[in-house]
Amino acid sequence: MLMTYALYIAFGAVALTMVLSMIRLLRGPYLGDRVLSLDTISINAVSLIVLYGIAKETQMYFEASLLIAMLGFVSTVAFARFLLRRDVIE
Amino acid sequence: MTGTDPIEIIVAILLIIGALFTLVGGYGLVKLQNPMSRLHAPTKAGTLGVGSMLVASMIYAFHHADGSLNELLILVFLFATAPVSANFIAKVHIHRDRVGTPLPELEGEREWATKVKPEDDA
Repeated sequence: MLMTYALYIAFGAVALTMVLSMIRLLRGPYLGDRVLSLDTISINAVSLIVLYGIAKETQMYFEASLLIAMLGFVSTVAFARFLLRRDVIE
Repeated sequence: MTGTDPIEIIVAILLIIGALFTLVGGYGLVKLQNPMSRLHAPTKAGTLGVGSMLVASMIYAFHHADGSLNELLILVFLFATAPVSANFIAKVHIHRDRVGTPLPELEGEREWATKVKPEDDA
């Protein structure tokens, strides 16, 4: 009972945070802010998958969240590297 | 209401803490005025929010089934990479002159390494 309500609150908070970072992604105003919003969205996707795993009482979605965490980090670094050097791998 | 399991209470509290931190991070991302302040909000709060949810998932897995420490892998990875990506984004802000306050002057002919353009150091 308690778990269900806590899960609902957590799902709502994470979804709301994704919407807020989407607003920042669209509004900008700077490129660094947009990269930061994409990073926040990928971290929120990780927590959304973890919450879904708790709700379904399974460990199956662990690999998916690990993959999204790694790809989010790599893509953030690639974006920042491109903005800094105009080249990802020199 | 039947007797609630103490483990479930702990997991619920951790989930609420994670939800609050995540929400504060998202709110700060939208509300703060300065690019460097906006960088500060989601990287700290978001990481702690995800960390709390991952700990909740681990405790719940141990309680409910034969749990494993799988989530610890994600936790360590996120805690190790969040400062790195935040540092990279801060360097982007410095490189594109979006800091707000001017950078300190350097002595001599030197220049801030972050602001050197790729074609300058051929």
